[in-house]
Amino acid sequence: MTNDPLLQQTRRHFFERCGLGLGGIALGDLLTRDGYAATNRAADPMAMRRSHHEAKAKNVIFMFMAGGPSHLDLFEEKPRLREFHGQLPPDSLVEGKRFAFLGEGAKLLGSERKFSRHGDAQMDLSELFPHHRKIVDEVTWLRGMKTDVFNHGPAKLFMNSGFQVPGRPSLGSWVTYGIGSESQDLPGFVVLQSGPRGPRAGNALWSSGFLPSSYQGVPFRGSGDPILNLTSPDGITPERQRDFVDVVGKLNRDRLAVTGDPEISTRINAYEMAYRMQSSAPELMDLSGESQATLDLYGATPGGNSYANNCLLARRLVERGVRFVQLYHTDWDHHGGPGQTLGKDLEKVAQEVDQASAALVLDLKQRGLLEDTIVVWGGEFGRTPMGETRNNKVGGRDHHIDAFTMWAAGGGFRAGVTHGKTDDFGYEVVDGLVHVHDLHATILHQLGFDHERLTYRFQGRDFRLTDVHGKVVKEVLT
Amino acid sequence: MSLLLLPGVSGAVEKKIDFNRDVRPILSDKCFQCHGPDEETRKADLRLDQRASALAEQAIVPASPETSEVIARLFTDDPDEIMPPPKVKKPVSAEEAKILRQWIAEGAEYKGHWSFEPIAKEGVPEVEQKGWVRNGIDSFVLADLEQMGIAPSPEAVPEILIRRMSLDLTGLLPQPERVISFVSAYSEDSDVAIDELADELLASKHYGERWGRHWLDQARYADSNGYTIDGERVMWPYRDWVIRALNEDKPFDQFTIEQLAGDLLENPTKAQLVASGFHRNTLINQEGGTDDEQFRNEEVVDRVNTTGAVWLGLTLGCAQCHTHKFDPITQREYYEMFAFFNQGEDVNNTGPTLKVSEGEMLLENPDPNLIDEWKKAKQELEVVSRETAKRQTAWEREQLSMKKEESAGATWERARPLSFSAEGGASLRTLEDDSLLAGAGAAKEVYRVRLPAPKAGLSAIRLQLIPHESLPSNGPGRAGNGNIVLTRVEFFQDGKPLTVAWAQETHAQPGFSAAATIDGDPDTGWAINVGRGTPKGVKMNAEHEAHYIFAKPIPAGGGPVEVVLHHEKNPDYNIGRFAFDLSPTVPMTLGEDRLLTKLQIDPEKRSGDDKKFLAAEFAKVDIVKREAQQRLSAAEQALGLGREVTMMVMRDRAKPRETFLQIRGDFLRNDTESGPLSPGVPAVFPGMAEEDPAQRNRLDLAKWLVRADHPLTPRVTVNRVWMRYFGKGIVETENDFGTQGAFPTHPALLDWLAHRFVESGWSMKGLHKLIVTSATYRQASVIRPELNESDPLNHKLARQNRIRVEAEIVRDAALSASGLLTRRIGGPGVMPPQPDGVYAFTQRKVNWVAAQGEDRYRRAMYTKFFRSAPYPLLTTFDSPDFQSVCTARVRSNTPLQSLTLANDEAMFELAQGLGARLMREVEGTDSVANRERIRHAFRICFSREPSGTELELVTAFQEKQRASFQEDPDGAEAVAPASPFEGFDLATAASWTSVARALLNTDEFITRE
Repeated sequence: MTNDPLLQQTRRHFFERCGLGLGGIALGDLLTRDGYAATNRAADPMAMRRSHHEAKAKNVIFMFMAGGPSHLDLFEEKPRLREFHGQLPPDSLVEGKRFAFLGEGAKLLGSERKFSRHGDAQMDLSELFPHHRKIVDEVTWLRGMKTDVFNHGPAKLFMNSGFQVPGRPSLGSWVTYGIGSESQDLPGFVVLQSGPRGPRAGNALWSSGFLPSSYQGVPFRGSGDPILNLTSPDGITPERQRDFVDVVGKLNRDRLAVTGDPEISTRINAYEMAYRMQSSAPELMDLSGESQATLDLYGATPGGNSYANNCLLARRLVERGVRFVQLYHTDWDHHGGPGQTLGKDLEKVAQEVDQASAALVLDLKQRGLLEDTIVVWGGEFGRTPMGETRNNKVGGRDHHIDAFTMWAAGGGFRAGVTHGKTDDFGYEVVDGLVHVHDLHATILHQLGFDHERLTYRFQGRDFRLTDVHGKVVKEVLT
Repeated sequence: MSLLLLPGVSGAVEKKIDFNRDVRPILSDKCFQCHGPDEETRKADLRLDQRASALAEQAIVPASPETSEVIARLFTDDPDEIMPPPKVKKPVSAEEAKILRQWIAEGAEYKGHWSFEPIAKEGVPEVEQKGWVRNGIDSFVLADLEQMGIAPSPEAVPEILIRRMSLDLTGLLPQPERVISFVSAYSEDSDVAIDELADELLASKHYGERWGRHWLDQARYADSNGYTIDGERVMWPYRDWVIRALNEDKPFDQFTIEQLAGDLLENPTKAQLVASGFHRNTLINQEGGTDDEQFRNEEVVDRVNTTGAVWLGLTLGCAQCHTHKFDPITQREYYEMFAFFNQGEDVNNTGPTLKVSEGEMLLENPDPNLIDEWKKAKQELEVVSRETAKRQTAWEREQLSMKKEESAGATWERARPLSFSAEGGASLRTLEDDSLLAGAGAAKEVYRVRLPAPKAGLSAIRLQLIPHESLPSNGPGRAGNGNIVLTRVEFFQDGKPLTVAWAQETHAQPGFSAAATIDGDPDTGWAINVGRGTPKGVKMNAEHEAHYIFAKPIPAGGGPVEVVLHHEKNPDYNIGRFAFDLSPTVPMTLGEDRLLTKLQIDPEKRSGDDKKFLAAEFAKVDIVKREAQQRLSAAEQALGLGREVTMMVMRDRAKPRETFLQIRGDFLRNDTESGPLSPGVPAVFPGMAEEDPAQRNRLDLAKWLVRADHPLTPRVTVNRVWMRYFGKGIVETENDFGTQGAFPTHPALLDWLAHRFVESGWSMKGLHKLIVTSATYRQASVIRPELNESDPLNHKLARQNRIRVEAEIVRDAALSASGLLTRRIGGPGVMPPQPDGVYAFTQRKVNWVAAQGEDRYRRAMYTKFFRSAPYPLLTTFDSPDFQSVCTARVRSNTPLQSLTLANDEAMFELAQGLGARLMREVEGTDSVANRERIRHAFRICFSREPSGTELELVTAFQEKQRASFQEDPDGAEAVAPASPFEGFDLATAASWTSVARALLNTDEFITRE
């Protein structure tokens, strides 16, 4: 393909005229909307690009615990909360705060979970996360997380795009826009999902917003076709599909010769990549070639859809050069009431993710991939120290935005440290606060970008992931 | 930045400096952040955006660059002195510094930002090649080209011109016959041919669809509420209004006023109220535990920002949290704009609504008598509905007194049909039990059955559905799962209709009761699937009964009874096996015991469920209401109207809401100290009329936006229209006419167009005609490598641009090529086939049942759009997700697009349609016929003849495919199924589907050249 002089010519033209480094992007942005230049930039939107500074990582795997896991039942041992169990929280704590569901008079709720301390960091882990003990010294525990919004949809958007209303690019889109992708036959930003339903806010969570749609997340389905329309229609054998791609390519090439439009060369390439994806994506999804030891490590089973399978797929994606993988696991919304209790319902979802989350870190490490892969684990917010009453029983907690726990591993994050501290009730961060914008800034930093300079001109303004906020949390980096 | 790309500018500093073109972009980009309008971020108390303050501080000394502090700071080596400070990371280039120096030397003249200045009345420039000019547009374009020494491109060949104009104006491909007649007319007189074609396309109803779709992007129109729950909503009457308004060429000023403030007009028409739905297209958050006030506030913010983007081409949103850094819009002014929209009655998921009938917005010259009848029928139904409770009470009393004595019930006797027929040709035969068994016939059958004259009088007829092993899933229906949808049942005796009082059934699918077969509505009917609320043990594939009770007992002595069964809704949902029984007495109400028990409960003590049950029982027998409904249905049908729906419209509160500046854009932090704000517009623009500011409303704002002397609205509007035809606007940043936006590539042309637009009475069609008949538009789009250096981005338009068509047009073009397109305009959204697995990732799972029949082939703009899980083809081809205003789409080119075009079920079906069309329209199977068929395919898809190599290439491909399919009959059958290929050789049919598929997948097919 690249031997075609016309294709070469247009590609060279692109490189020379528009440049590929980020210096060129501000210029490129102006051009994305016009026919000719957009075309040029689009000639290979996933080409590897130059970063602002030396990158420590080149991949991200974001394990998104949709619904908001309770930091108070998983990561935060709070004896004082138990001591004051059943009492009203001090006014000073709740004054001026807004909650999604809690009314006045909600009382403090001590955790029923047993905690123990582990690793060099002496991290509190509850009995619900036994496998996490194995990675306690591999990760940075971010206990001072904070976000701005307390409804699921807006909060998930906020965690993904730094903004609570849909329309802005997600973290994965910014990353692929920034550094492109290594993969020649898979998308640069892939989304996987497990749990009883899709995450709230849907495709807006992996939308490329105002960035070109080349950078949007591509959902891979765990069963059936991993990508929509991946399979040729019935009766179209691989050989016929090859003939089809060939004849389309030749017709396109003829038109390219007539019109000279480089957009056509992009389309020729797109058909070739689509054709390769038809075999590479099913190969990727097929776990049967993994060793039994690996399957056991994750608790994965070939065929079907599960969080464990998705964690293993995340590793396989990263191995194949995919830049950003996001795994959603839903059902963390433990308000109390049927299906949402901090009892058996929390136990169930914790059990679903515990082993595989830890396994992914261990597996990446043993394969030497952890060094340049950032693994992030967390939900859109935490949960309140006050209990929530549903069906006349205090069985859960409401959404809480002022303090929660996430963790990050690999990609230059320090191993085996805790960062941040909350008050006696796990209500407010008292030290080491990391706002969502800060997390974004830090991830971009590790990937080689200054979050203030990774911008895109849209509607007359240079937009960035962190808007006018965010600072790199240097303390958690090696 | 864009400045440096302008050919002839970068090397031409010697030319006199133009402040707006040359200087302002530098100052705006490099200086205004700290020395601009925003007080909060202003440094050293210095403003460089206003001449007086820049001069007062000696920052700029006119004609004396040497003593100007600005110049000193630019050229210093001292890191503490240099401007802009290095940490801002916005260094001024040597070239830019030179421009600033020259500008100061020439007197440091300031001008207002170009787009805020009045629109100039530009004269058309003189050009040398007068023969090239078709209208004023060309003079402006050519004048620049001549100055640069560039010749325009030759005109595109007529085949490309007609395809270009058809796609641009209607979004559909021209039919091959029209191409031939156009090419021949063109060879006689090209200008006349183009003029006539333009008129024809502008008069097409599809023009309103094509340009309506562009407008709907800006209106962020969608069929769901957004956010997480994303429930379905009805706003399509607004969409129909847009199509209608454009087809009528409603002047853009009126178009604006009705959408922004139709509800505030004096005695607004219904259409004007529907138009006010423009700003009800905002998102609604139905999630539990939300703060409605927060989302109401978000909606108002969206309305302000959308209005700013659509009409002003400005990013007002920047001033939501702080005074705009670059444009002269203060935060206070933002909230003065906000105040216009802060008066809406709607709060998140509640708000004013309006009932509109399907087709109502598209009615043309209806018969006034029919309209009167329709209105009367609606009123009548309203009155009757209001009195339902009264009738129900009477009925309850009557039932209670009757129930005790009455006991007889029905005595059913099987009626052996005298004769029977099916209009669509289905075979009908009687079985031993005198039931009828139907075979395949038309998709929507009508059965007619004559029953013997009732000997002992007739009070009720029972329709019995009976399973049979010959039916799918044993029936009793002929649908794949054995279901039916019986939409209407009629009874006649001696040529006269018999009135049915009420109907009941032993089992009905929720929402599909037998009562729906006597409401006169062909869109509702009786079905028998099981669903939520179906009692345990009830199965679809079993016997079921419907009872029809006549209003008056029919005495003996009449003739035979004719029964007509209509199946008008779902294709193939015809009854499979059925029988009739007659009874001289009225049957018991089904569920009699339950009814009696409920009736005996004291009305005061009835639970919600009791009340619901009784109301439902009464509804079954409420003949008064049903007759009113039937009269309304008849009146609607006479007018061609469909069912009535409820949509959201705009209305202001009676008691105004106070608006405050929100500190940092936080709706919880009203700046009460500064006091409430009155509605108003930014001071940089011409003011509003001199009435009491507190009394201003949206109508004043709308009228202000379309003032003839408004500097922005006309420019922004013509620029967006221009953008659709050339791939980019004269102002490239079509959504930023502010100081950070791009300078127009043809400033005089923009003003000439804008001025002309207003003078013409804001006629959109006039503007379209002007553009598509210009020589500039008519140029070839072939790339000219010799211009790669002087005008790489084709700013100067020495050629047309090739533009990949929008997502909807990808599908529409394929629909028109396949010959399957349904050309019906408007109405509720539809569901064409979509791939499995769309909802694997969404919280909301839409019950997406692919439409059959006409609705399967509607234009893509009618595809139901769910914001959280849009139709995949649309988003893959860069349709916005309609979460917020979209004034221009991006155009990407990705492998996912290739997969969609190549493999998507809906696209493949259209390839099959085109394959069948080719076989139908060109007869013969020898190589001459095959070549002609390929030529025909090229004419359909590309409006042109294939080249010799293309012909050879496709011929070889077709032959290879045919040979391959001959070895593989199963594969051939999958690729060329009986419908639509009945009667053709399988392998041949499959090979033509393959050819069709290949052509639909070329870049040229989805590109407007």
